[in-house]
Amino acid sequence: MTTSALGAPRRSAFGRLLDRAGGGLLQALLVVIGVFWLIPTLGLFVVSIRTETENNSTGWWTALTKPAELTFSSYSNLLATGFTDSFWNTVFITVPTTLLVIGIAAMAAYAFAWMEFPGRDTLFLIVIGLLVVPVQVALIPIAKLYGTLGIFGSIAGVVIFHTAFGLPFAIFLLRNFFAGIPRSLLEAARMDGAGEWKIFSTVVFPLAKPAVASLGIFQFLWVWNDLLVALVFANPENQPMTKALQSQMRQFGTNIDILAPGAFLSLIIPLILFFAFQRYFVQGMMAGSVK
Amino acid sequence: MTDRLNGPQSSRGGQQAARESSSGPEQTPGTSPEPHDGPPPSASLPGKTGTAARPGTGSARLGPSPTLSLVFLLPAAVVLGALVIYPIVYSIFRSLFDATGDTFVGADNYASIFSDSSTLTTIRNNLIWVVVAPALVTVIGLIFAVLTERIRWATAFKLIVFMPMAVSLMASGVIFRLVYEQDPDRGVANAVITSVQDLFGSTQGYPDARPRENDKAPVALQQGAVVTRQPARPGQAVLIPLVGVKPATLSSAAAAKAPQPGPGELAGTVWVDFTQGGGGTLNQVDGTEKALAGVTVEAVQGGAVKATATTEADGTFHFANLAQGDYLVRLPQSNFQAAFNGVPWLGPTLITPAIIGAFIWVWAGFSMVLIAAGLSAIPRDALEAARIDGATEWQVFRKITVPLLSPVLLVVFVTMIINTLKVFDLVFVIAPGSVQPQANVIALEMWRVSFGGGGNQGLGSALAIFLLVLVLPFMIINIRRFRRDNQ
Repeated sequence: MTTSALGAPRRSAFGRLLDRAGGGLLQALLVVIGVFWLIPTLGLFVVSIRTETENNSTGWWTALTKPAELTFSSYSNLLATGFTDSFWNTVFITVPTTLLVIGIAAMAAYAFAWMEFPGRDTLFLIVIGLLVVPVQVALIPIAKLYGTLGIFGSIAGVVIFHTAFGLPFAIFLLRNFFAGIPRSLLEAARMDGAGEWKIFSTVVFPLAKPAVASLGIFQFLWVWNDLLVALVFANPENQPMTKALQSQMRQFGTNIDILAPGAFLSLIIPLILFFAFQRYFVQGMMAGSVK
Repeated sequence: MTDRLNGPQSSRGGQQAARESSSGPEQTPGTSPEPHDGPPPSASLPGKTGTAARPGTGSARLGPSPTLSLVFLLPAAVVLGALVIYPIVYSIFRSLFDATGDTFVGADNYASIFSDSSTLTTIRNNLIWVVVAPALVTVIGLIFAVLTERIRWATAFKLIVFMPMAVSLMASGVIFRLVYEQDPDRGVANAVITSVQDLFGSTQGYPDARPRENDKAPVALQQGAVVTRQPARPGQAVLIPLVGVKPATLSSAAAAKAPQPGPGELAGTVWVDFTQGGGGTLNQVDGTEKALAGVTVEAVQGGAVKATATTEADGTFHFANLAQGDYLVRLPQSNFQAAFNGVPWLGPTLITPAIIGAFIWVWAGFSMVLIAAGLSAIPRDALEAARIDGATEWQVFRKITVPLLSPVLLVVFVTMIINTLKVFDLVFVIAPGSVQPQANVIALEMWRVSFGGGGNQGLGSALAIFLLVLVLPFMIINIRRFRRDNQ
């Protein structure tokens, strides 16, 4: 009895000490994991700003002690090889796809959420089913179809393909968001004699900005980062960065001075968007929840 | 702050689903864990109120005509019909024909999937992927989510771990090709392993050391070991000159000393018979020549090892108490085995685990963020009550946290299964050309067979349909879950 009475506070003091030590240990562990997660990307960047000979002789981490040897020459070399063309191809594929997906999906989502027509629920379940359909299923048939239409290899073909496979998720996401908009808002607009198109474009779509923004960035990143669709459907002159890099992969090790800056250039815009929209998203969500 | 991060990222999870054009419904709030009916932390997420405000339940509603809805649906219906649904039908049809598409072959293409050894390898690899990767990603995400729960700078940590998801799998592949380079001087993975090994001071081998290749050298190579040409007897000195050791290895080595055998003792010296800057006598210990310390030396008689010694800092070794007789002195092969040349991550045996490592690097953030959002939705008082009742932290975690999290854990797990079934880019980019057959997966094989030089669109269609069949259960799960949540 006495021992436990004496022991209890002492143990809890000890426990507190343990907690504090454990907290320190935990923080240290997380720092290590964080560094571990950063190192691969950091390595790519450092490799991209070293000369080829240095990369072939020593590890990139040795460069951290002698920053004077770093150079951006591989970037200028890369740009001289016409990599800029593939950068613009990526942009010309990604931006129209994103806009198309948002536009087409928003209309369909509006119909699914706020209009009545026979078979609506079944159709929506089909959309949900299409969510997991692998892209592979469509490669051969669409290649044939594009061949007939004469758009195989063109940017338009890549855009249309991406749009199709982006739609199920987009419709699903927007339909759920639209359905959450208070019904009274729509009823009021209908009472005022607004047509469906007007309600859609002036009431529902503006309210859905946060959802549209997040959908937009999902879609943008998905298309920007795609390799497979471009591999099949884009001609060399229409190829995006991912495919251009892939074609350099074969001689990996001998041309790391092209691959590393190329890979880094291709990920810089997604990263900027990622960090920028991080905040935008939060604000949109917060504002939405207050309303 | 944490809540702010949780909000957007839980929906950002969906972005990754979008990247795979798959698995969307998992990210929807309908499946986010709300064990109790408290106000959700992100009430504005789409669909949260979807069931409540479901249209069409009111009686006196001013609705538009069904014809108008057709206009709204038409663009999506045309695109989805022509580019997703029609291809599924066409692929099934095409998979029943041969490579050229002229001859009907029935199920032959499917039969060859299960009989051809290369496609069987892809199936085996996909199986490894499905068994290993989703579980690892889920567990690691759970660990990260729990660890960061009470850390002030959790947001920074989450951003770092989540960041790879914005990076294309192509770029991730390049990144990991660099990480996995075999040479420890270039690949960071092997560099870390080497430095950890050095830290624990494993005795250094002399991989390149060898005797001079001429008849005058007193020692010669025999099956990887260095053996004296002439037998020696106790009381004699043995010289074992070697060459070919890198100067860097020797920078801290002491100067070698000539052997001075005591009475009845067989002694010798192992050293690098090379005087820097020239000079020195061949096969003699000259003043500045470096000793090889820590080398294992054996005294061999009639093929049997009679005694073992290790060289000291000055390269000398001694066999005391040897019985009289002739002995050969041998430096066993273990002295010369390459210390560490780097793990062959990109070799045929390790390639799939290595690529799974890259996959975890990409997806752990997705898992962590979804699970963290689930964690923050668990009511604090349930945990507190258990703690007050005397439950240990581990019990609280096992008996309360994990069960309450199980819906979100399942969502992450299922999403990862779908992703592993479809894995393509990482394998394509990370596996070097020569190792691609060993690393191959179904999605990659489908592309290879039909576009990447294979030229067999019949088999390619069959593989695509096979892949579709594999994801079919998850399609059904999604539909069921949606119907249940919206009843």
